[in-house]
Amino acid sequence: MKAKARRLSRRIPWTLVLFLIAALIPVLGSRYYTFLATDIIIFAVFATSLNLLLGVTGLVPFGHAAYFGIGAYVCAIFMKDLGLPFLLAWLLGGFGGALFAALFGFFCVRLTSVYFSMLTMAFAQIVWAICFKWNDVTGGEQGYPNVPMPSVAVFDWIPWLSRLRIDHKFFYLTLILAALTIAVMRRIVDSPFGRMLTTIRDNAERAQFIGTNVRLFQLIAFSLAGGFAALAGGLFGIFNRGVFPDFCYWPKSAEVLIMTILGGIHHFWGPSVGAAILILLNQYIVSYTEFWPFALGLILLVLLFALPGGVVGAIAGLVGRAASSSEGAPDAGVLGAKQDLFWLYRCKWREFRRGQELDHRRDRPQRRRQIYAVQSDHRTPASRPRARAV
Amino acid sequence: MSELLDPFFLLGQLRSGLTTAMFLFLIASGLSLIFGVLKIINFAHGSLYMIGAYIAWNMTLVLGRTSLGFLGAVVVASLSVAVLGGVVERLLLRYMYKRDELYQLLFTYALVLIFSDACKYLWGTQPHSVSRPPILSGSIDFYGVRFPHYDLFIILLGPVIAFGFWVLLNRTRYGRIIRAAALDREMLGALGANVSSLYTGMFALAAFLAGLSGALVSPIKSVVPGMDVEIIIEAFIVVVIGGLGSLWGTLLGSLIYGLTLAFGILIFPRFSIFAAFVIMAVVLIVRPWGLMGRPVR
Repeated sequence: MKAKARRLSRRIPWTLVLFLIAALIPVLGSRYYTFLATDIIIFAVFATSLNLLLGVTGLVPFGHAAYFGIGAYVCAIFMKDLGLPFLLAWLLGGFGGALFAALFGFFCVRLTSVYFSMLTMAFAQIVWAICFKWNDVTGGEQGYPNVPMPSVAVFDWIPWLSRLRIDHKFFYLTLILAALTIAVMRRIVDSPFGRMLTTIRDNAERAQFIGTNVRLFQLIAFSLAGGFAALAGGLFGIFNRGVFPDFCYWPKSAEVLIMTILGGIHHFWGPSVGAAILILLNQYIVSYTEFWPFALGLILLVLLFALPGGVVGAIAGLVGRAASSSEGAPDAGVLGAKQDLFWLYRCKWREFRRGQELDHRRDRPQRRRQIYAVQSDHRTPASRPRARAV
Repeated sequence: MSELLDPFFLLGQLRSGLTTAMFLFLIASGLSLIFGVLKIINFAHGSLYMIGAYIAWNMTLVLGRTSLGFLGAVVVASLSVAVLGGVVERLLLRYMYKRDELYQLLFTYALVLIFSDACKYLWGTQPHSVSRPPILSGSIDFYGVRFPHYDLFIILLGPVIAFGFWVLLNRTRYGRIIRAAALDREMLGALGANVSSLYTGMFALAAFLAGLSGALVSPIKSVVPGMDVEIIIEAFIVVVIGGLGSLWGTLLGSLIYGLTLAFGILIFPRFSIFAAFVIMAVVLIVRPWGLMGRPVR
């Protein structure tokens, strides 16, 4: 019965439902709700782009705000100074972010763990220093104010939309662009390329062993993440009606890290949930007290000590436990790389016993979207290294 | 550009560069010590420094503007920050040693947020200033270049602290235990040393240094909210350039940073802070473990 219900719930396109519900927000007519929703959507894109590195590839960048800021500046400057149409400026901003991320990432991916984080932060601080001091282009300390609101001609053709206020219109624009961006990221995570990134996260040595250029994959992931962060930044610059050097400063990088981890890094929607929770909490707490950073620090302590998997991780853990106790079988989907290694050893042992070659994939339980190190070996069978008897 | 050829002007820049460098050394040595032994990048180090500065300001109000009063304020500030550090280590930090680096970083960042707001709550947001102690308020005139006594005191204090550290680490029993803890914690515990209290002691010592430098900086810079975030980045650059966990590297790093800032202003007036980040990035690219650090792992 329960399995049937679950199968049914999988049929429902939850993402589409979420999108439609979000699209109803301006109907409420409250400018405040629209404002909050726009903020959340933009930061959901930003945090999800960070999670391409953090949760998917297993890299810990501490300067992700740099690309957010670059996107914001490029988009705003192209729109205001050069008079480019919004969509073009926005895409160019994303491209600029990706380009800078590729340039910086080239050096960063050569380093491991702490040193990677520190170099990403050093580069982000360089970007911040340039934005802070280069008065002629970025406006320096004063920022780059009065970014024009984009006017989308398509919206004027739809009678109901054309009568809306400008910020509601911008909400729809943000919603559509963010949905597209997130869909692209989802596609990347689910592609063979994304699987390989996960393999690198779980066991970079093994990924190298099967012939993957680990650094190249990490570099591509880094520049993609930078590009998506820049797209989020481009939207935020307009939403904020100005771009400021603070967009690149390191507390911004810390903020988006907190969002991502608060939501949960091992789920695609975790960062978005984290962004929503953090922004709503911020609005709620700021209305009571000016000591928001204090509250954020306490939230962070609770998160670190009580919810190591983030909010979505904790919920998924509860749901998974309930499901497994009712079915009496462990959920194969939550098993990690260790289980996979065990599987490999068992196959090898069977081979040894039978004295014949055995495809170690043949008798595995196949499930949708399972993340296994071995499975993400996506090359043709002929070139794949076979397991041999030891 | 004619300033570049004026030796007295350069001497003045050297003086300010050295003062900055020695201040940074006082702060960064604690940061480097914690990384070397506890393997934690402590963002909250800047907050401890800020708390030290606030306590020193508060104590000078209580003890008066005499030299002895300033000395008392410095002692009280550094000791109370050391106690605070020890308490934080005992109650919270020790549960983070086994976690990922990411979570350790976020933990210390949580402390930054909490401490900065606690300071705002306790001492307000308006800037405070401490006057120099009378005994150090004069200055020496060297061919037209002013050398304030206080700056000279700081420039001399830096090497003294560095030497003290060197003696502690290389010539005492505790130093041997500390160096052993940096190499292999489990083995040291197996040999019978009390590692957990050693860790508390190290954190308290680093906090003491942070509080001391905060108290000593209060007569030069105004005590304001936000000084924690500003200083931690500078200290971080210094430690990364010199090598995480290396004492002499930290000294070298702070000299490089202080002099780059002082002389960089002459060459690129607007981009001297930029130059410091570039040096940090270049060091990380070429020698990730720092100029004088040893490659670990």
